[in-house]
Amino acid sequence: MMAEAGLAALWLATAFALLQLVLAAVGVAIAMRTEAAELAKGMIHVSAREAASELMRAVRPVAVVQGVLVVVAFAALVAVFVSSDMSVLLVVDNSHSLKPLIYKIAGTWGNHEGSMLLWVMVLGIAGAFVALAERSLDAKTLTATLGAQALIALGFYAYLAFASNPFTRINPAPVDGNGLNPLLQDPGLAFHPPTLYLGYVGLSVAFSFAVGALVTREVGPRFARAMRPWALGAWILLTIGITAGSYWAYYELGWGGWWFWDPTENASLMPWLAATALLHSVTVLATRDGLRAWTIMLAVVAFSMSMVGTFLVRSGVLVSVHAFAVDPTRGTFLLALLALYIGGALLLFGARIGTVTAGTTFELVSREAGLVLNNLLLSVVLGIVLIGTIYPVIAQAMGVQLSIGPPFFNKTAGPIALVLMAALAAGPLLRWRRDSARTLGRRMLVPVGASALALVVVLIAAPGIGLLPLLGLVLAPGLAVGSVMPLAGRNLLRTPLYIWGMVLAHVGVAVAVSGMASDTAFTRERLVALHVGESTDVGPFQVTLKSIAPALGPNWSALEAELVVAEQGSTFTLRPQQRFFSAPPQVTNESAIKTLWNGQLYTVLGREDGGRWQLRLWWKPFVTLIWAGGGLIGVGGAVSLLGRLRRERRVAKRQAPAEALA
Amino acid sequence: MKAKNQRLALIGAALVALIAAVLLAMSALKDQAAFFYAPGDVAGKPLPLGKAVRLGGMVEKGSVQKQSDGVTIDFIVGDGVAKVPVRFTGVTPDLFREGSGVVAEGQFEPNGSFLASNLLAKHDERYMPPQAAGKMHKTETLAQ
Repeated sequence: MMAEAGLAALWLATAFALLQLVLAAVGVAIAMRTEAAELAKGMIHVSAREAASELMRAVRPVAVVQGVLVVVAFAALVAVFVSSDMSVLLVVDNSHSLKPLIYKIAGTWGNHEGSMLLWVMVLGIAGAFVALAERSLDAKTLTATLGAQALIALGFYAYLAFASNPFTRINPAPVDGNGLNPLLQDPGLAFHPPTLYLGYVGLSVAFSFAVGALVTREVGPRFARAMRPWALGAWILLTIGITAGSYWAYYELGWGGWWFWDPTENASLMPWLAATALLHSVTVLATRDGLRAWTIMLAVVAFSMSMVGTFLVRSGVLVSVHAFAVDPTRGTFLLALLALYIGGALLLFGARIGTVTAGTTFELVSREAGLVLNNLLLSVVLGIVLIGTIYPVIAQAMGVQLSIGPPFFNKTAGPIALVLMAALAAGPLLRWRRDSARTLGRRMLVPVGASALALVVVLIAAPGIGLLPLLGLVLAPGLAVGSVMPLAGRNLLRTPLYIWGMVLAHVGVAVAVSGMASDTAFTRERLVALHVGESTDVGPFQVTLKSIAPALGPNWSALEAELVVAEQGSTFTLRPQQRFFSAPPQVTNESAIKTLWNGQLYTVLGREDGGRWQLRLWWKPFVTLIWAGGGLIGVGGAVSLLGRLRRERRVAKRQAPAEALA
Repeated sequence: MKAKNQRLALIGAALVALIAAVLLAMSALKDQAAFFYAPGDVAGKPLPLGKAVRLGGMVEKGSVQKQSDGVTIDFIVGDGVAKVPVRFTGVTPDLFREGSGVVAEGQFEPNGSFLASNLLAKHDERYMPPQAAGKMHKTETLAQ
């Protein structure tokens, strides 16, 4: 019954999305036509106006109902998974009655169909939220925005209904399911994909705002302020999702790496790059009314990148480590959706952008110009990552098999990222509209001094490290100092929260880069096979394999190594495991990691061979800074979002009495 | 600067950035793209020596041999057309086993063997490298 209820809710949600689209389209069309006619004839059409506002008013509740229905559908799927209903094909393929409860729930989206349903659910919730909470935008633009949301949702509803139904029954029902891939049975899975999806969908809301503003020709600070929290919120979630995903891959895959330039990783990095550019340019639009067309374009690009990301991961075109299903119908369907949305958005952009007048101008040396430079550099990196990611797909379509690995990305995106870092130190020190190069140079003396000092220290303490990590270690202190400087001379208690947010996020970049550079330059690795009782060393540590003993978990058994690690008199124990899962039958390596103040010791237990056990050991100095920095960037975003929202509310409160009087 | 000129300058800058990205990526692609080979692709042909490439196929049943250092293995990757001996030093991935799909990253040696620096096995147990699947399908049809 539950599966049928879920399917029914899904179809009803589809119907409401259609209704939402039609109401919004007709309402906005009538409203705009009426306005044009009124302008031409100089008289007011009361009845047409009322009809339009009646239609537009109806869109909000419809969006809320649609959101509720798709939540019901998703809840039904979760219920089916939790109760291990083996008459549902998706549960059979991806779950098992003996799985711990959290992985039954997480298993709901640990597969193709469920993850797509999660996608539309988040979209539906976001639409309902816009309908309920958005107050600052004019009715027409808001309605057009909700119409665009409905149009996006419809594509995905159609996809679920025709190519990827999560509720399909199987008859006869098997006794039990095939289980979830053990690698995915990890707390990381429970939160990583939903976080990224929230980010993707947040960008779709920003995109819908852009479409709404283009349709009604209301591109200006007001629209920018309405869109900004969504772009910022999406960006925060993408930041967290990417950081968490990186750490998950680091400890779960047992390869000791934190970024593999895997297409699936790139699929989350590209929207992040575009969102980073967007949230900087939307600030120019909101505060200075500049970069109008530019910001709209970035909103289109950011959404396109999240669609490309979804397509790459979900269509199975990639020979990737974690793409799910290989199904040509689905791939074609998703590709068609992708082409439709991006093509449609670009057409609308081309048709309407002529009517968007140029915004306020600025000088070559100014905060605006700095942000344009930020946008340009981010776009270059985005372009490189996009080419590196889709080139193998295109080559494959032409019959050539190739892959693009870390050397390509490090060689191309690496240097530009370093230039971006240098610009990042200078940007916040610039004044809006007009500044002089000389005063900027004076302000830059401190960060440049910090970098020069770092250069001397690194050259003396660690000669002979690679150029890229050297530059990273040198630029990071300069960036950190430069990022804090906007606080200089301010009353710290009265400094607006969004300035604090900016400072935190920029310092976070410096912290993350120093972690990356340190890991690249100073990691020590040891690969050996030891008998029980033998020792080896890695970095400053002496590691002894003391014993191998069995261990037992809820749905796995394991062999556990006891490693005694000694360093300058102090000792600690690490217990890496080899886990054996029964459903599906599979072996995984569970790494054991010791976090110290100055880095991590990372140990993996490999295979047994003639009484010897393979051990892979890494000493990674300051590797933790990578995720600490990522976390700091996310926290900075959150602080900034809080500051913006509080300010908007204060402004709204101040305006409300004034409007009531008028 | 006038608003119109500023807009033109911005469009110009964006185009320059875009072209720079494409040129940079294309020049790096030339020497950084790792081509993908199935054993059948290199059988009886000149080997792509001195370049990072990927070799994909199935680990032949019974071919895995452990070396005395305890961390090096030799095995044979086949695609139903030809076979390539592969050497790998390291901990094999969780899903690496005989009779299942594997992608080895590394270089061909002049003697025709393959020195792998990394092995990839798919998360999904239903996975098989598409080219291997295609080849095997072909050989199956021929056999019937």
